[in-house]
Amino acid sequence: RTMADALSDAGDLSGGEGSQDDVMTPAELIARLEEAWLNEKFSPELLESKSELVECVMEQLTHMEENLQRVRKGDLKASVHHMEIGRIRYVLSSYLRSRLQKIEKFFPHVLEKEKSRADGDPSFLSPEEFAFAKEYLANTEVYLKAVALRHMPPNLQSIDMLKAIPEPCLDSFVFLRVKERQEKILVEPETDEQREYVVDLEEGSQHLMRYRTIAPLVANGAVQLI
Amino acid sequence: MFCEKAVELVRELHRMSDGQLPAFNEDGIRQVLEEMKALYEQNQSDVNEAKTEGKSELIPSIKFRHCCLLRNQRCITAYLYDRLLRIRALRWEYGSVLPTTIRFHMCAEEVEWFNQYKKSLASYMRSLGGEEGLDITQDMKPPKSLYIEVRCLKDHGEFEIDDGTVILLKKNSQHFLPRWKCEQLIRQGVLEHVIS
Repeated sequence: RTMADALSDAGDLSGGEGSQDDVMTPAELIARLEEAWLNEKFSPELLESKSELVECVMEQLTHMEENLQRVRKGDLKASVHHMEIGRIRYVLSSYLRSRLQKIEKFFPHVLEKEKSRADGDPSFLSPEEFAFAKEYLANTEVYLKAVALRHMPPNLQSIDMLKAIPEPCLDSFVFLRVKERQEKILVEPETDEQREYVVDLEEGSQHLMRYRTIAPLVANGAVQLI
Repeated sequence: MFCEKAVELVRELHRMSDGQLPAFNEDGIRQVLEEMKALYEQNQSDVNEAKTEGKSELIPSIKFRHCCLLRNQRCITAYLYDRLLRIRALRWEYGSVLPTTIRFHMCAEEVEWFNQYKKSLASYMRSLGGEEGLDITQDMKPPKSLYIEVRCLKDHGEFEIDDGTVILLKKNSQHFLPRWKCEQLIRQGVLEHVIS
């Protein structure tokens, strides 16, 4: 029994009124959440923000909880639904947590990337995450200044956070499953003795590759990190 | 030797196992800052001398001192930043109120940073989804079972569960409670998960 099944059941419970999104069924919604969750968990860098998805899932959860209030106490069905709500909430929280962790770990780079983003390009931070990242940077700068930097010689009273905080390592290796067949993916050499080569990625096949090579495919959903 | 005190600060944290926060080494920081001041002053006077009297043989030692200054700066900020990361982890482990024994090890500015971090995190979580937001410091592990057996380690008073039932958490009493309600109390050491 999967989460998605239970969610569609919950949709039945509500008499189908929860159709805030006409194109997506609850099952698809949860599948999308799981996809985003795994990609975020395994990619070394922060991925595109999916605020809408998060909002939809939160709405679904509230909806399911409301429906559960109406179910008789001690009903077996109720505890099964409780369990499913718990699971979905875990996936959602874990997804948001791993994003927040990356924001905290790479905050100067994340903010820099967001600043240099062209209008119309997808945002890497939700408005809430953006506010959090800015506060985190300011808080940390104020702290370092107050405790140590302001007591240092005049030419050493500031540090470049972009240089001081490590960048995400895009050369780390990730496991992936191919969702849409790809032709002629250029794999760059790792050492001087190797030469670059191209590979075709068959649908459904699994690979271990450098993240940098397939980062665009993660972004457009052609591969899934596992 | 220069920079030794600064490296000692970094080593001090390195020796601690992950997540432990030793007392803030104010004295160590002060000593490094004093060394930096001395290095800087020495460099200032050497630079003047090199300029006015054209003593180019002073340049290597100026450069050397400058490297020491940079290294000291780097070690101090590494020490402070690593401590912040440990303090951040405490927020996720203990919730927003830290045990006094740990707070005792923090300097005033660290407490200030922690309070600010708490605020940022809280307003982030409040802004998620609906009116109430979502507490993402909960649900840290995938749920295995709905209810778990817990034992009370200290008197905690009355505790309300979702369906409105109020139970009394008395020391040494044992309860069968919804897992999602107990997670934080377990982390705070009020309850203990009984594994039979």
